[in-house]
Amino acid sequence: MEIDPFIFRLSIFILAIFVGYYVVWSVTPSLHTPLMSVTNAISSVIIVGAIVAALAGDDSKIFDTANIFGFLAIILAAVNIFGGFLVTQRMLAMYKKKKKEK
Amino acid sequence: MSANLLAIFYLISGVLFILALRGLSSPETSRQGNFFAIIGMAIAIGVTIISIGNFSTGFIFLLIFLIIGGSIGAFIAFKIPMTAMPELVAGFHSLVGLAAVFVAISAFLNPDVFNLGSPGKIKIASLIEMSLGAAIGAITFTGSIIAFLKLRGLMSGSPITFTGQHLLNLALGIIIVGLIIYLCNTQQEYLYWSLIAVSFLVGILLIIPIGGADMPVVISMLNSYSGWAAAGIGFTLENSALIITGALVGSSGAILSYIMCKGMNRSFFNVILGGWGATEESSKSISKEQKPVKSGNADDAAFLMKNASSVIIVPGYGMAVAQAQHALREMVDTLKKNGVKVSYAIHPVAGRMPGHMNVLLAEANVPYDEVFELEDINNDFANCDVAYVIGANDVTNPVAKTDPQSPIYGMPILDVEKSKSVLFVKRSLSPGYAGIDNDLFYRENTLMLFADAKKMTEDITKSL
Repeated sequence: MEIDPFIFRLSIFILAIFVGYYVVWSVTPSLHTPLMSVTNAISSVIIVGAIVAALAGDDSKIFDTANIFGFLAIILAAVNIFGGFLVTQRMLAMYKKKKKEK
Repeated sequence: MSANLLAIFYLISGVLFILALRGLSSPETSRQGNFFAIIGMAIAIGVTIISIGNFSTGFIFLLIFLIIGGSIGAFIAFKIPMTAMPELVAGFHSLVGLAAVFVAISAFLNPDVFNLGSPGKIKIASLIEMSLGAAIGAITFTGSIIAFLKLRGLMSGSPITFTGQHLLNLALGIIIVGLIIYLCNTQQEYLYWSLIAVSFLVGILLIIPIGGADMPVVISMLNSYSGWAAAGIGFTLENSALIITGALVGSSGAILSYIMCKGMNRSFFNVILGGWGATEESSKSISKEQKPVKSGNADDAAFLMKNASSVIIVPGYGMAVAQAQHALREMVDTLKKNGVKVSYAIHPVAGRMPGHMNVLLAEANVPYDEVFELEDINNDFANCDVAYVIGANDVTNPVAKTDPQSPIYGMPILDVEKSKSVLFVKRSLSPGYAGIDNDLFYRENTLMLFADAKKMTEDITKSL
């Protein structure tokens, strides 16, 4: 009897929820805003789906509806990835090197 | 690249994302964490492109779109003022939501690419997954747009409620489930479009009844939704990086929502069902008779603080609105030169998003080890000479501890009233968001400073 691969994915999903639960509780409250911006950036890893969708088929298919939706998703996700990581970086840089200042 | 190798790389991305969140447990490791996340993202994108192995026209387009999107993102990231962070995050959430919808549509129209079957004969499990991903993505999109408009002030922050609202939402929820079931049976394309349309509507209806000060919960909740949407798509695409990330983001947002709700002593449903302080409470507070209030000017405040040995600053949303964080830091610097010990007390729901005040203070170069969370500093108020409340209100209201009738009863508050004197910077005596009068205004040891937060803080610095 074979196990449906879906079960494996479900296992990954459930375990990742638990990992997320414990990891996020250990995030210091003062970094909750960067936490939101970085989670926002990483959830844009959905871009991998967008890339597959956009590049499906040969070059003649690039302007098929399905591919166009893929390209649109790429733009949106790219805004998020660059914007999210850079703004997180900007915020975290402000938390830097203050410890000894006073 | 073989499918197995590809899966291994996606797994590595997922692990790097976990390490990124782990890094946020302290400011020292946080930048390294962000770096891990960037590497994880680069790996995921890189291996996806290599695995497709199509480097012709499509690839050029891909690069062009990446650069367009990336430049827009980078431009926004560098230009945005820190005070606008809540609406920025809301705006970004909406993009993730819409991207999820687009990928789900693409998967529905062209399922062969993702090994999901062929159009009209999509596997039932995949159909359910992509329907859920699209529905949650659509709700995230419109919900975040509304949150963005409210935070940006383009739409009134007050709750919009109407009779039958909850029934309507319930009905729409049932319609969504019905559409998914019907879609699985018939595979009709129009059902998929209807599903997305109804979900867009639900997103709007879910957020409009929630008021401005509940935005920390809303943003966290939408953060969570964007994660679940990504996970839904991850199941459809059988991609472990997406599943792991979705689960991480989903639980992260859920935890933040929980922390925010606890900070207000309200249940999640109470917040979501909305309409707080819009009705009876406000009328009650207006009817209260005028009580004597002591008000002072910048010189009085400067005198009090100069002679204090310890001062605790309590910032709130008003500080963000007035952009007073830099002026505040200057005032504190002057105080420190005079030998006054200064620390900052942050309530969990101060501001419009989790950690909002911390970011603003960090922007103003306030060392993060002078900034304390509620439970770490609350006992210190009893030994402190002056509490300087700037732009906060409800989170300091002692009524939360004394009056069981009050809507905020039971909410953890900063024990500002225990300090020897309280300086309360506020424009007027108007009640805070909860629509209730703050008892603190009328206390013996309270000195009201009626002015704009930034102006008042600057004036105090001058007088010091």
